[in-house]
Amino acid sequence: MTALRVLLTLLWAAGPSLADSPLTVVPRTAQETARIIAVTTLTRDFTKAEAFEAKPAGAATVRQRPGTDAFSQYSATMPFERQMNFNLGNALFTKSWVAAPASTLASDGLGPLFNARACQDCHLKDGRGHVPAPGETAVSLFLRLSVPGGDAPAGIKDWIATIPEPVYGGQLQNFSTPDVSAEGRMALTYTEQPVQMNGETASLRVPQYAVMKAGYAALSPAVMISPRIAPQMIGLGLLEAIAPDDILARQDPDDTDGDGISGRASIVPSAQTGQPMLGRFGLKAGSATIMDQSAAAFSGDMGLSTTLHSDPWGDCTAAQTACHAAPNGQETGLRDGLEVDRESLDLVTFYARNLAVPERRNPGDPTVLQGKRVFYDLGCTGCHTPKYVTDRLQDQPEQSFQLIWPYTDLLLHDMGPGLADHRPEGRATGQEWKTPPLWGIGLTSQVSGHTEFLHDGRARNLLEAILWHGGEAQAQRDAVAALPKPDRAALIAYLESL
Amino acid sequence: MHLSLIAAFACSAMALPVLAADPAQVAQTYVSIGAATFGDALITAKALQTAVDGLIANPSEATLATARAAWIAARPSYTQGEAFRFGNPIVDDWEGRVNAWPLDEGLIDYVDPAYGQSEENPLSTLNVVANPTFTLSGVTVDATQLTPDLISGTLQEAGGLEANVASGYHAVEFLLWGQDLNGTGPGAGNRPFTDFVQGPGCTNGNCDRRAAYLTAVTQLLVNDMAYMAAQWAPGGAAANRIIQDPNSALTAMLTGMGSLSYGELAGQRIRLGLMLNDPEEEQDCFSDNTYNSLYYDAVGIQNVYLGQYTRTDGTIISGPSLSQMVASADPSVDAKLTSDLASSVTALAVIKSAGEAGTAYDQMLAPGNSQGETVIMEAVDALVTQTASIQRAMTVLGLTEADFTVANDPAEVFQ
Repeated sequence: MTALRVLLTLLWAAGPSLADSPLTVVPRTAQETARIIAVTTLTRDFTKAEAFEAKPAGAATVRQRPGTDAFSQYSATMPFERQMNFNLGNALFTKSWVAAPASTLASDGLGPLFNARACQDCHLKDGRGHVPAPGETAVSLFLRLSVPGGDAPAGIKDWIATIPEPVYGGQLQNFSTPDVSAEGRMALTYTEQPVQMNGETASLRVPQYAVMKAGYAALSPAVMISPRIAPQMIGLGLLEAIAPDDILARQDPDDTDGDGISGRASIVPSAQTGQPMLGRFGLKAGSATIMDQSAAAFSGDMGLSTTLHSDPWGDCTAAQTACHAAPNGQETGLRDGLEVDRESLDLVTFYARNLAVPERRNPGDPTVLQGKRVFYDLGCTGCHTPKYVTDRLQDQPEQSFQLIWPYTDLLLHDMGPGLADHRPEGRATGQEWKTPPLWGIGLTSQVSGHTEFLHDGRARNLLEAILWHGGEAQAQRDAVAALPKPDRAALIAYLESL
Repeated sequence: MHLSLIAAFACSAMALPVLAADPAQVAQTYVSIGAATFGDALITAKALQTAVDGLIANPSEATLATARAAWIAARPSYTQGEAFRFGNPIVDDWEGRVNAWPLDEGLIDYVDPAYGQSEENPLSTLNVVANPTFTLSGVTVDATQLTPDLISGTLQEAGGLEANVASGYHAVEFLLWGQDLNGTGPGAGNRPFTDFVQGPGCTNGNCDRRAAYLTAVTQLLVNDMAYMAAQWAPGGAAANRIIQDPNSALTAMLTGMGSLSYGELAGQRIRLGLMLNDPEEEQDCFSDNTYNSLYYDAVGIQNVYLGQYTRTDGTIISGPSLSQMVASADPSVDAKLTSDLASSVTALAVIKSAGEAGTAYDQMLAPGNSQGETVIMEAVDALVTQTASIQRAMTVLGLTEADFTVANDPAEVFQ
């Protein structure tokens, strides 16, 4: 790790190190480092649950609430006096914004183009989005758009240069304010593809995406389309608090250890810090911080300006003239001259940072432990890294120094042609995706009323999600398909206990 | 009438005032107040149901006014019970069914076409009163019978959207008042009684289904209150949980007081609306009854601390209190908190008086209404001040503010 740090320091000598956390960190002592190495070493004992395993967010873990509110609790470590900020953030997260001009000056500024009126319209119950039912207009699933070209940002190696689609911008907005044309509708069809496993069969639904009723010029022939579903919101602040070194150390771009798994860090310009930073959030790790991600969503998904994206027209391009000219919700001298003022962005960021991870169900159950053994033996932990100890933080007691179990390395991996969107984003190629965290995954049905997984919700259950794995995870996928049926069932039982 | 349910404790309180309260006794008082508060919420919900039945049987200005008055009369006991949130999982897991807001009311019934549409929440204009069948997430729903089960199982939070509120006080409120289209100007909702007239004379259509919806959603509210009253009655699960672990109960009481004071009331319910100048951020927005709900929330917090609750019928429930426990640990902390709680009640009484005199809470939220802002901010400041005193009370009692809903046994958490 030390050698890596030296190397990184050399690579990024011009500015702050990539190994810098976006947060205010208390440096680790040597003794702490030793304890962390000891406690994060992977177990080989599957006869009982590990110490601390039942609480995936350490002391920040909350009880498992019944019903759909299981992902909507605040970190158990949150001091009393911060509950107000959490509640205000929650209120802003659920708030429906309206088009300008409106009598409610402080709530206007939506659009002119938008995918949703409120954060929670996609992040339903702080959980995952869902694919549209036949005939429904998609809300929590949308299309990102780009074409090749443009320049790489300064100081980031291996950046694959792309620019927004010249007319439609960076994503397709299904909705618009009354005097502006909407961009069109995402069309989605599925074809079933049978899959043979040892002792059983499954069927995967293969999606096909298109843009219908395009509201402006024809889309560029070079357009690249990437479907994105809203991910679950729990534990984001803890992921932000993982030491960058602990993530960077797991990179193996040339697969020098020969395990078939490479893993590359996403490095992106951070609007919040103004520096290239380790990307952690988004399906291709395109955002470095929770605030970067939140501000990008305000702008792209709802057309609302913030300090980080100050254009009130959001994702309208110069070619969309009516959109640029439409009324906006910015008034001089009110709310920092923005549609969403600094205070509101801070509150939403605080809220997103503190949505808590519920405790595990039955980590000591024999079938769950059998499934855990399968997960570890097959090497799923090669990307779904079980545990970390977060940095000790100066002003964030909620996330500070917790042993957490997110089951992700936050790195980019080639997942094969089946899952590819063929749309590069930053350093991520058209076949790479960030390993998503698995904590809370077993509560999806309870919170969301469905079990749709992967970047566009194509998998209808956890087994289908596994069977979609390819590329660096092809060996693990094949091994799961070849397992005796009871082992496969135990693996699913383990995942459902997370 | 001053009726002590726990006479033995009251006697000892008189004999030994300083050592009066131990955790078990204080926990018992808390449970008794919970039983009485939610018991009153049930009684007043049943009275509301009677009035709603009267409205539907014989729609008139008078029966509509009676039903509205019964709704307003049902709110004080429920809102005093809100101090039992944030510490009692049984209450927390139930609350969203009975008091959710704000709502996309177009889910339930007709709305002003210029108001409240959301193209990406098609359910925001579903109008189930007018549509006996509809499609929800691609599935056809048969709503020909508007039953409590349909409302709680299918419509409530339909599509995972919290704005799709189909049940609870505010759904009933919308059906009794209709939309308040006056923004931050004077006036509440103004639904005509003829919306419930069966046959000729019915206004806005579907009066039979509107009446059926109101009947079902009121029944659901009664059912929900009956459930919670039973949880706090002797032998109920919420009561047992408190009595079996009095020390945790003290934390539950103070956490509930603090969380309701600070995050919920001062923050989400009051300061946010002012921050956004948005009448949509007003809790009882159809009836303009918000000033009462805010006031009785503050009274509920005071009840828990002083170990005293005045029932709807005037009966007083009291017993050994948190206040006595804190006083025996540090009289100055108790004096300050007692005085802070009274200040908050007074500050909210000013808003309540203004409301009763005709200046509703939503009018105070208007941009540039500096007098309204001052009055509201005084309430926020009083609630914030009392929260700091609640924290001091926890400290003198040796309690931590960690979320006790997950016991953080040192053996369970890496330190």
